[in-house]
Amino acid sequence: MADEIKKEPPANFKVTIDNITIEVAPGTTILNAARTIGGDVTPPAMCYYSKLQGSGGKCRTCLVEVAAGSTADPRPMPKLVASCRTTVMDGMIVKNITSEKVKDARAGVVEFLLLNHPLDCPICDQAGECHLQDLGYEHGKEGTRYEFKRRTFEKEDIGPYIQLHMTRCILCYRCTYVADQLTEKRVHGILDRGEHAEISTYISKAIDNEFSGNMIDVCPVGALTDKTFRFKNRVWFTKPVDAHRECTTPGCCGKTTLWLRGEEVFRVTARKDQWGEVQSFDGKPGWICNTCRFDKKKTGDWTIEGVTKVNRHSVIAQGHYEGLVTPKETVQQVLGGRAPRLLMDIHDESEVNRNGVHLSEINGPAHSDDFKKDQ
Amino acid sequence: MGKKLLLANAHVPGIRSYEVYRREGGYRSVEKAFKMSPADIVEEVKKSGLRGRGGAGFPTGLKWSFIAKPEGVPRHLVVNADESEPGTFKDRYLMEFIPHYLIEGMIVSSFALGSNVSYIYIRGEYAWITDILEEAIAEAKQNGFLGKNILGTGFDCEIYVQRGAGAYICGEETALIESLEGKRGNPRIKPPFPAVKGVWERPTVVNNVETIAAVVPIINDGGEEYAKIGIGKSTGTKLISACGNINKPGVYEIDMTISVEEFIFSDEYCGGIPNGKRLKACIPGGSSVPILPANLLLTTAKGEKRMMNYESLADGGFATGTMMGSGGFIVLDEDQCVVKHTMTLARFYHHESCGQCSPCREGTGWMERILKKIDSGKGEMKDIDLLWDIQRKIEGNTICPLGDAAAWPVAAAIRHFRDEFEWHVLNPNACLLRNYGLAHYADPVHVPASA
Ligand SMILES: Cc1cc2nc3c(=O)[nH]c(=O)nc-3n(C[C@H](O)[C@H](O)[C@H](O)COP(=O)(O)O)c2cc1C
Ligand code: SF4
Ligand code: SF4
Ligand code: FES
Repeated sequence: MADEIKKEPPANFKVTIDNITIEVAPGTTILNAARTIGGDVTPPAMCYYSKLQGSGGKCRTCLVEVAAGSTADPRPMPKLVASCRTTVMDGMIVKNITSEKVKDARAGVVEFLLLNHPLDCPICDQAGECHLQDLGYEHGKEGTRYEFKRRTFEKEDIGPYIQLHMTRCILCYRCTYVADQLTEKRVHGILDRGEHAEISTYISKAIDNEFSGNMIDVCPVGALTDKTFRFKNRVWFTKPVDAHRECTTPGCCGKTTLWLRGEEVFRVTARKDQWGEVQSFDGKPGWICNTCRFDKKKTGDWTIEGVTKVNRHSVIAQGHYEGLVTPKETVQQVLGGRAPRLLMDIHDESEVNRNGVHLSEINGPAHSDDFKKDQ
Repeated sequence: MGKKLLLANAHVPGIRSYEVYRREGGYRSVEKAFKMSPADIVEEVKKSGLRGRGGAGFPTGLKWSFIAKPEGVPRHLVVNADESEPGTFKDRYLMEFIPHYLIEGMIVSSFALGSNVSYIYIRGEYAWITDILEEAIAEAKQNGFLGKNILGTGFDCEIYVQRGAGAYICGEETALIESLEGKRGNPRIKPPFPAVKGVWERPTVVNNVETIAAVVPIINDGGEEYAKIGIGKSTGTKLISACGNINKPGVYEIDMTISVEEFIFSDEYCGGIPNGKRLKACIPGGSSVPILPANLLLTTAKGEKRMMNYESLADGGFATGTMMGSGGFIVLDEDQCVVKHTMTLARFYHHESCGQCSPCREGTGWMERILKKIDSGKGEMKDIDLLWDIQRKIEGNTICPLGDAAAWPVAAAIRHFRDEFEWHVLNPNACLLRNYGLAHYADPVHVPASA
């Protein structure tokens, strides 16, 4: 089912991504190859989810340029391709952040994704762990060129645990794949088309299934949220710990992250890997059942393993520097061994606002000249 | 008068019935094809130079030769009769008046491709044509041309007609396949291509109605004979559905050797423009292809006469040329407003986007709203550049070509008619009362800077 479970055949396809050459198994997608390198070389992915068969290809954030198709046929591909759905060929040369075309197209995609998004982060439960927030922050532009009314939908409760806030949905289709592949009878899917397309349940039927909660974990934005957690707290005020319990639901891995404040369990989620996906255990995706997720809200229900290692990703990292994983720095390799010329160390003093000048002693609003004086 | 193949007998009374069709020489190609091997039929189609009539113009013989032939897996032929492109109504004419032509072509093609179950996926709004086709299928079956052991050859073939539910996107071949399977009509991500994994993951060929019909004369007369009609890589005859400001709208069969000028102004075809008006612009191949102003339509940027064939229409690329597309020929006279016209098209693509990929889902609606704003006299100069930027960011970045089809008309309108857009911005009141008119669009030599 999942791409990950496949037993790795010997790696023997050479692929070069942003000047970094690696070897991967045939059948690997460009995105997964880039993920083995890590860092900025990895294209952002909003719809692809390695544990969900058929996902990907829709959001277009992962577009890359293929400068040479393969050693056998080194012609470039005429259009940018979705790296999550394009497999590597031996000798393929891919450009991600080294391609102006990619950067331009990606900025466009981010603008499109944000076009109708309410940007209601201050009241959204996903804030702090939202992939769209990250994406907008890294690739977006300030302000919007859209001057029309944004699309809105009514909030909807789909079942006792999940709330659908369709206005925030980016139609990545991940939740429909969860419904299709993890739950027995799919009662939820996409209605209507184009701009009006929406996630909905079959004639507003409640979703009632032991694994439906995983939709919340795969949703990259705050469209599907945990009703038992809604508005209780901000994720960055809670402290994530890894925990497990002996769960008897078949198919549930029982391994979770508890989001604590003091002794109180505010929320239970599956454990996430560095790409924001559910972690795999023994080659199987670590989905959790609704009992673990919604009913076990006491620390006593759980064996706590320790503090969750938080990636330097989004604002959840704030205040949780224990076990922080520093992302791989690839700049020098991407530039072909050349040291970057224009990379600032943020701890350097800048031209303006130097330590020696005390703002309180300046008369009136500060001007850059005020800082140059004492040089 | 140009050579007629598909419509040669269109006006014979009763040609819709099997009896008359057969009397006029129908189903000869089936009898002939069964004496050939499937590979030979594919070879004949290759020799004919036939190109797909559904819009992209892909060589049909080549497409057929790509079909995978895994042991024990059935293969399918699917005829694309979704015909929902604004301006295109040629397949409708063929199916409505000479349905046996399509059925005959399908039997030969099914035999060549090894398809024992073939489908016609027909646009939902063509409800009455479904009945006509089913009637024709029943007649063919009664006469031994369909069903089990056709004409004693041992070849079995059934044809089923499936109606769509009113979505343009289901004309895109992979969306069509999804819809045929009973699913939501979302285009698939390619590869795999239908030739490898199509309907129910089986190797499938999707062809346009006219493409499959053209197989009949190719088998009857031979591929080489067919290739002698037309010019260069535009072989055979092509159905053109002409509409807009012309005296004689309708479906015409052309042999691709005539000029655009002759097609519009001669009495044999469109019969000129009514009320003594002048030609302003034209979309020669259905709503998705770039619009051209009169001057570039009649003469290429090189100064040659533009002809009604694949190469000549595309001469100059998108900077000064357009495309043959599906043959939906839309003529605009001096009274038409290009801004309003572009807005109408943008509204169509906005309405028809399946919504899977973000650039098309979000971009098509955005373009329509901006065009509406300009059309209603509220536009600003920056809106024109914004439109250009939006279409640029949709084009080439989507799953299926609907994104491109939505971007191209907007791009072409701005490329060739920018002054008309600017006039709307600068004259917010006047643009509500009158049109910009012909301006210089019909002037002999005005070649815009390529974009
Ligand atoms: C949005 C969209 C709509 C299309 N609609 C049609 C259609 O209505 N009829 C058709 O024959 N081809 C249509 N096509 C083209 C088909 O995808 C496909 O290329 C064609 O059926 C192949 O047949 P041909 O090789 O005989 O041209 C459409 C393509 C797109 C992207
Ligand atoms: S609700 Fe969430 S997971 Fe489902 S399609 Fe929308 S954004 Fe994706
Ligand atoms: S380009 Fe438009 S119609 Fe085609 S798959 Fe994407 S959203 Fe759907
Ligand atoms: S992650 Fe590849 S298209 Fe969305």
